[in-house]
Amino acid sequence: MLEAILLTIITAATPLVIAAVGELVTERAGVLNLGVEGMMIMGAVCAFAGSYLTGSPLLGVLCGIIGGALFSLLFGFLTLTLVTNQVATGLALTILGLGLSGQIGESFVGIPGVKLQPIVFPVLSDIPFVGPLLFKQDITFYLSIALIIGVNWFLFKSRTGLKMRAIGDNHGSAHALGINVIRTRYLAVMFGGACAGLAGAQLSLVYTPQWVENMSAGRGWIALALVVFASWRPWRVFAGGYIFGAVGILQLHAQAFGIGVPSQFLSMLPYAVTIVVLIIISHNRRTTLINTPASLGKPFVPDR
Amino acid sequence: MTKTIDKEAVPLLQVRGLTKYFGSFAANNGIDLTIAHGEIHALLGENGAGKSTLVKMLFGVLQPSAGEIVWTGKPQTVTSPGHARSLGIGMVFQHFSLFEALTVAENIALSLDPKIPLATIAEEAAALSRAYGLPLDPSSHVADLSVGERQRIEIVRALLQNPKLIILDEPTSVLTPQEADKLFETLFKLKAEGRSVLYISHRLEEVQRICDRATVLRHGKVTGACDPRRETPASLARMMVGSEVAAVHRADANVLGATLVDVRRLNVPARTPFAVTLKDVSLRVRAGEVLAIAGVAGNGQGELFDALSGEYPVADAETIRMRDKPVGRLGINGRRMLGAGFVPEERHGHAAVSDMSLSDNLLLSRSQSDRTAFLAGGFASVIRHDTIRSAAKRICDMMDVRKSGDDPAAASLSGGNLQKFIIGRELDRQPSILIVNQPTWGVDAGAASRIRQALIDLARSGSAVVVISQDLDEIFEVATNIAVISEGRLSQPFPAGELTLEKIGLLMGGIHDSTHGGETAHAH
Repeated sequence: MLEAILLTIITAATPLVIAAVGELVTERAGVLNLGVEGMMIMGAVCAFAGSYLTGSPLLGVLCGIIGGALFSLLFGFLTLTLVTNQVATGLALTILGLGLSGQIGESFVGIPGVKLQPIVFPVLSDIPFVGPLLFKQDITFYLSIALIIGVNWFLFKSRTGLKMRAIGDNHGSAHALGINVIRTRYLAVMFGGACAGLAGAQLSLVYTPQWVENMSAGRGWIALALVVFASWRPWRVFAGGYIFGAVGILQLHAQAFGIGVPSQFLSMLPYAVTIVVLIIISHNRRTTLINTPASLGKPFVPDR
Repeated sequence: MTKTIDKEAVPLLQVRGLTKYFGSFAANNGIDLTIAHGEIHALLGENGAGKSTLVKMLFGVLQPSAGEIVWTGKPQTVTSPGHARSLGIGMVFQHFSLFEALTVAENIALSLDPKIPLATIAEEAAALSRAYGLPLDPSSHVADLSVGERQRIEIVRALLQNPKLIILDEPTSVLTPQEADKLFETLFKLKAEGRSVLYISHRLEEVQRICDRATVLRHGKVTGACDPRRETPASLARMMVGSEVAAVHRADANVLGATLVDVRRLNVPARTPFAVTLKDVSLRVRAGEVLAIAGVAGNGQGELFDALSGEYPVADAETIRMRDKPVGRLGINGRRMLGAGFVPEERHGHAAVSDMSLSDNLLLSRSQSDRTAFLAGGFASVIRHDTIRSAAKRICDMMDVRKSGDDPAAASLSGGNLQKFIIGRELDRQPSILIVNQPTWGVDAGAASRIRQALIDLARSGSAVVVISQDLDEIFEVATNIAVISEGRLSQPFPAGELTLEKIGLLMGGIHDSTHGGETAHAH
């Protein structure tokens, strides 16, 4: 029973963690992309289409990643090259993504999908309890862990990551130092798009292996909120994703169990608990200020 | 002073006919400049004379429209700051190009070879900062450092690349006199090592003290090249400004009247982690008095202004009294109604809405205090555009605001002209109390003397004036009494005539015990 619940929690938390850590990188470079929901749903439909057409769910995952990255490139072109307003463009990207994915996926509705198979680590997966949870998962779970570790290392240990944080803090000074602000931001935006696409692929190939319109169901917005409440730190994003996933699953069980609390209140719990916990984590205002990208959302036009 | 100018025949840097157009406006027009090995060369000029444009081209931030840069005898196109650094040009910017969220070592690492590990950079920076007398902790976050310390990072960062030429843009504008003296020692050390320094400033006394040669710019053109030590401040100023600057006429000891501003033991906790806590600030300003508050940036000036203006009202109404009424809990408009006027530090976005016209900006600040004049129809509050426009015109005429068009957007005015308008907007009401933060920051000399004169005249007519400023020349020009703010504490006021630069410097450094002053004076 406990093992089954934990497995569903992991499945619920994985797309949030992946999408949020991608957006974290985008925002650390100073770009606010509110189109996570749209990129996620585009990733979901591309992944489903890819696996349906090729018969390989792994190629489907790849399609989801590419779909999300290409879709974010549209956002990058509009906000970085044409310097449109990031908030408005991000919102438009979400609306466009929801509509376009519905159009693309129209013929897939009702078709049973192919589930992404778990990668089983021999020996390790035989460890009782821990084995099936950690070593008998599909590739998206392993990628989510690798992404958290990798992004944390990249941002705080590598020189390129330092440059990215510098751009997010003060793009004018970064430009004056000779750092290519626009190019770095393009890469950061596309990384965020690729992650959102991967998160979408997890939805349509693992979480519920089929295509349903609007199947991202607001998870992109949760991921966005996680980034802010986690004060742009990867491990906090990880914690936030799992708290949200856990409370979300537990309240479902509580509802099924029929405890005497109104269901609306239980449905509210994941949001409330996540916010409260992350606010407590980031109560130190000085650390939060140090971690907040100061040039977030501000347009950058190099003077010639 | 040692003679090192003719050490090598080929000058370090030669600039010939350098020109930069922004649209049809020539920010630099045919600039010629030669810098020899091992000299400290001054680049003098007013705000807007084109100094920054020139150095940005030397440092590869901007590309020239015409002309050439010859570096150690070879013509070069400086394509980027990275290229400039590899040639051996280092730069210390006026507005620091530092990243507040990063540590000192991380900031330095950003401009160095990425292969060097961060730990090595931290060690080298610490060693270098000790060698040149610029103490720094590589692991501290920039956000927690003072302006003087931030400047040290910039200098250490430039030095780590072993440059032949170091460009310093207005380095002392943010330093106490003592910190400036330390900087000069560092510069002399650099010069003794055979490096050259391009020293940008508009402070004549400094330039005469440390520079071997000077090039003067005005309106984008070179108007003079000289040995500053053979010139007088007046002759240098003439080259910079073009005409004699009107001297400000001081009030001969005004008769001081009733106390109009009375602040007693004002304590304000810091609102943000980077803000300053005001501790036990007391001050008293009488009718006819100009109280000037000196201090290095970031010691609580902004916080004090916020409390005095009511931008952030304070908890206890009685701690701030204006014209004998407790105003601590009143907002800006409430205090304006009592006859006070306020001019904050930032012109754009604080004192004025950049994209709005002058008349709209006039209405925004005075819609409550001049309600009966500017608004009609009681509750309906219909704007009387004609009245407001003529008031804006009156202010422009009074303060000699130069603008294009009848009622242009605030953003289209130059800094000095907009500041004259903003000050005029308050003076037009004949306020009995005026509180000004940095009245002439970034303003050209002509406009600055106009503004200072207006402040003195207002006090003479019986108002109480508080001027918060970092410019000591300005403070001595306008002040009746001077107090110094340091780390959120305000010193007792001293009559302007009794304070020396030396003593102010000590107070700015946070030494409140006034018995230490004068005796340690050293020769200049």
